[in-house]
Amino acid sequence: MAIEVRIPTILRTYTGGAKAVEGSGATIAELIGDLDTRYGGLRDRLQDEAGLRRFVNVYLNDEDVRFLGGLETPVKDGDTVTVLPAVAGGAG
Amino acid sequence: MRYDSLLDSLGHTPLVGLPRLSPAPDVRLWAKLEDRNPTGSVKDRAAFFMIEQAEKDGLLAPGTTILEPTSGNTGISLAMVAHLRGYTMICVMPENTSVERRQILEMYGAQVIYSPPAGGSNEAVRVARRLAGEHPDWVMLYQYGNEANARAHYETTGPEILEDLPGITHFVAGLGTTGTLMGSGRFLRERVPGISIVAAEPRYGELVYGLRNIDEGFVPELYDESVLTTRFSVSSVDALRRTRELLDEEGIFAGISAGGALHAALGMAAKAQAAGERADIAFVVADGGWKYLSTGAYSGTLAEAEARLEGQLWA
Repeated sequence: MAIEVRIPTILRTYTGGAKAVEGSGATIAELIGDLDTRYGGLRDRLQDEAGLRRFVNVYLNDEDVRFLGGLETPVKDGDTVTVLPAVAGGAG
Repeated sequence: MRYDSLLDSLGHTPLVGLPRLSPAPDVRLWAKLEDRNPTGSVKDRAAFFMIEQAEKDGLLAPGTTILEPTSGNTGISLAMVAHLRGYTMICVMPENTSVERRQILEMYGAQVIYSPPAGGSNEAVRVARRLAGEHPDWVMLYQYGNEANARAHYETTGPEILEDLPGITHFVAGLGTTGTLMGSGRFLRERVPGISIVAAEPRYGELVYGLRNIDEGFVPELYDESVLTTRFSVSSVDALRRTRELLDEEGIFAGISAGGALHAALGMAAKAQAAGERADIAFVVADGGWKYLSTGAYSGTLAEAEARLEGQLWA
């Protein structure tokens, strides 16, 4: 078992075109760190000194991690993490 | 109920219980039926408040051109008011929106300028900003950053819900401009200690996220994270499934974003039930299903409907 991470189109240049990759770690930060060892440069696209980048949204099992614990949100095997760019929602 | 005109009938929409979808007698779901507004969506509230404010500010006179980036509903609301008040309405709308939206806009006399489908509403905002720059005499009300949008919900939607449901524990709505959640959420937080304000954000197909660079992302100026308790990303298939359940179980023929909000509401209901807590969860049905018939959302299997909806903006 591992944690599935879904990658948006715009970041697939870092994953060799893969739509989803697998990683491990006890928190979102560790997971991103683990991915960065195999997909170099990915971490810098997702986070800066302040935490997650402004236009990057990360969801743990469909819930926005900013409301869970940010980069320190615990994750476990079997979880699904989805990365998406922030866009204008449709409801307007 | 009798009103002097259609515009006067804004709001005061029904809040209806969902006896079959509610998981327990003390964990109840309530739907705020915003399709019962003058043009059939929750956006009538924001549109009327934004136009009233612009009139007060002296920005509008007969013949003035109003420009707005919209995925449809706000444009329809604005076009109706503009039609009655003698303004010219131009909507910038992503190409991947349902054909009914364009037809209704044109019926109200609005001109539709399409923005490219890739990038969804982001592109509509970008195109509208460029047009506004080229036409300084046009008035862009700009729903994503207009305080009157959130204020409409602070002054109407929030108070209506609290009056009908004093024991409310959760408020759930779709996240687009964020106006509904910011306005209603602030009002309810001030009056209901411990209330949860929950956002249901549509998750679209890849086309809609087709940005050139992640730094081109967009967060509406109205958005204030501190108003929300949490935020869910709802896939098209979950939204579709719940939209159908709403019809099958409760008889409510709603637009697809209502299914998204119901999905998040049911998630909160399950959490409350597991924790042994009572809950009265109100969620927003932003519009009815009529404008989405051509998308095939209601016919065939769920998988077929999902495939047809790929790349379409459904909220």
